[in-house]
Amino acid sequence: MNKLSLNLQLARGDFAMNIVHDADLTGITALFGPSGAGKSTVLRAIAGLEADGSGRIAFDGDVWQDSDDRVFVPPHKRGVGMVFQDARLFGHLTVAGNLNFADKRSNGASPISRDAVVHALDLGPLLARRPASLSGGERQRVAMGRALLARPRLLLMDEPLSGLDMRRKAQILPYIARLPDAFGLPVLYVTHAIDEVTRIAGDMIVIGDGRVTAAGPLAETFARLDLDAGGSRFEAGVILNARVSGADEAFRLTRLELEGQTLSMPAAKVAVGDVVQLRVRARDVLLATSPPIGLSAQNILSGQVTEIIEETETAFAEVFVAVGSQCLRARVTRAAVSQLGLAVGQPVFAVLKAISFDRRVL
Amino acid sequence: MELPDLAPLWLTLRLAAVTTGVLLLIGTPLAWWLAQSRGRMKPIIEAITALPLVLPPTVLGFYLLIFLSPSAPLGAAWRDVTGDTLTFSFTGLVVASCLYSLPFMVQPLQSAFEALGRAPLEAAASLRAGPWDAFFSVVLPMSARGYLTATVLSFAHTIGEFGVVLMVGGNIPGKTKVISIAIYEHVETINYSEAHVLSAGLLVFSFLILLFVYSMNRRFPVHVG
Repeated sequence: MNKLSLNLQLARGDFAMNIVHDADLTGITALFGPSGAGKSTVLRAIAGLEADGSGRIAFDGDVWQDSDDRVFVPPHKRGVGMVFQDARLFGHLTVAGNLNFADKRSNGASPISRDAVVHALDLGPLLARRPASLSGGERQRVAMGRALLARPRLLLMDEPLSGLDMRRKAQILPYIARLPDAFGLPVLYVTHAIDEVTRIAGDMIVIGDGRVTAAGPLAETFARLDLDAGGSRFEAGVILNARVSGADEAFRLTRLELEGQTLSMPAAKVAVGDVVQLRVRARDVLLATSPPIGLSAQNILSGQVTEIIEETETAFAEVFVAVGSQCLRARVTRAAVSQLGLAVGQPVFAVLKAISFDRRVL
Repeated sequence: MELPDLAPLWLTLRLAAVTTGVLLLIGTPLAWWLAQSRGRMKPIIEAITALPLVLPPTVLGFYLLIFLSPSAPLGAAWRDVTGDTLTFSFTGLVVASCLYSLPFMVQPLQSAFEALGRAPLEAAASLRAGPWDAFFSVVLPMSARGYLTATVLSFAHTIGEFGVVLMVGGNIPGKTKVISIAIYEHVETINYSEAHVLSAGLLVFSFLILLFVYSMNRRFPVHVG
C-alpha cells in the first residue's frame, strides 16, 4: 500500500509546525487548509525540498527522512513528482524538451509511457512550443505531464490552479481527476479552494495552524470540518451521494434519489443510474419541526438531529441531521434552536435552498 | 607604409583567450557560491572579488610582482617546479590578468545565478536530476546570457589592460609584450604610424566583437519563462 507516514517538526520564524499523521494514499488526497497554514511546506518536506525540518517521513516502506538516524534522502532520489504552483517549466527547452528531460532520467521506473501522458493531457499540439508562449493552463498541463514522466511513486501538486481563472480551472480539473486511475499513482494535492477539493479528492487531510486538524474520507471529513481551521465559515457544508432516478422533461429537472427520498435539480447531463455528488452548504439548509408547506423550495429531506454545536460567542449554531446513513449540516441561529426546541434524536425536516453538483462518480 | 610587427596582437589574443578560459573555470564555482551563500563570509569574499575594480592597476601589479617573484615562496616554488619564473613570463601574465579581470567574470555570473533562483533547481531535482546534472542541464543553459556577458567583458578587459601587465610582465617581445604595451612603446619612440595601425586595429576588432555579441543577444534572446 501507499502508506505515507509523517512526523515532522519545522520552524518558520515564530511559526512552529508539528505534523503527525499516517495515511494510506489512494486516488487524490487533498491537503487542505487556509493560506499560511503550512500545507505547501508539508508538501515540500515530503519532496525533500525542506532540508531544515526534523522528524521522520516514510513512504511505502522507504524512509525518506529520519533525523534520529541522520537519514535524508535527497529529492532526486525519492521518486516523487512535483507540480509547482508556478509550473517552473525550463524556458530554454521546448515543451517536448521539458517532457524529455523527465523521460530520459526516469526510464523504466514505472510503466507510464510518454505517448499515454501526451495523449491524456492533450499535449500533442503544444510539443514544439516554447514555455513562454503557453497560457497559464497549458503550462500547468505541461508541468503535470513532465512530473508524470519522471515516473514517480507519488505525485505532489502544490496549488497548481491557484493562478488560473475559474474557466481555466474548470478545464483542467477533469485532467487532474483522471490522473490516479490513468497512471496508477496516488496524488497529494495542496489547495485552499474547497471547490477543487470536492471536485477531485477522495480523501482529505486538513491542516490548520501547523498541525493536522482532521483527516479521512472526503464526505465525512468535509461534514465535520472544523471551520476555524478550514477557511471561511461561509463555505461550510456537506457532500451527499445521490443516484439519478429520472428526468422531468416538462420542467427540465433531473430527479435524484437519496436514501429513499427524492430531490430534483435543474436538468444536468447525467444518465439514469449515475451516482453523483452534491454539495450543500450549511447556510443553505433550513430546519422545520413539521412538514413545511407553501414553500418555493422543493427539496425537503426528513431526518433526525444527531448533534447540535452552539457557538456561544456568535448568534449561530451548527445542527447535524442524519438522513439515512448520510449527514446534513445546517447553520441556524441559536435563537431558532431554542424556539423550535431542537434536541438530539428529534425528527426534523431539512429544506435545501440550494444544491450544487460536484462531480460524477463513475 | 611598412607593416608593423603583429606578434603583440597574437600574444594579446592568446592571453585574453587563456585568461577567459581560466576565469570561466574559477569564476563559475565562485559566483555560484556567492549566489547561494548567506553566510558571514559572503560580503568579505564579495569585497575581495571587487577590489580590482577600484585599485589602480599599479597597486595590483606591485603586489603581484612581490608575491610572484622568485624570492617569494609562491614564485620560488613555481620556479623549482617549472624552471621558469612567474614574473616576466606569459604564465605570470595569465595569473595577473585573471586577478585583474576576476570581477568582470564573477559579477555577471553571480547576477545570472541569483536571478535564476532556487526554483529551476528544485524542479530539476523533482525530475530525478542530481545537483551536477541539474547544473549542466538547467543552470548553464538558463544562464547563457550571463555567461555571454561575463566572457565578453573578461576577454575585452584583458585585451585592454596595461598597468598590471607592464608591472608583472615587463616588455619582452614575443613573451610579454602585449598590444597595449607595443602601442605605448611606439608612441614613446614617436613611431606614430605603427601606433596608428595597432590602435586602429584594436579599435575595429573590439567594436566588431561587441557588435557580434549584441547582435547575437538580440537575434537569439534567451528564453526564460
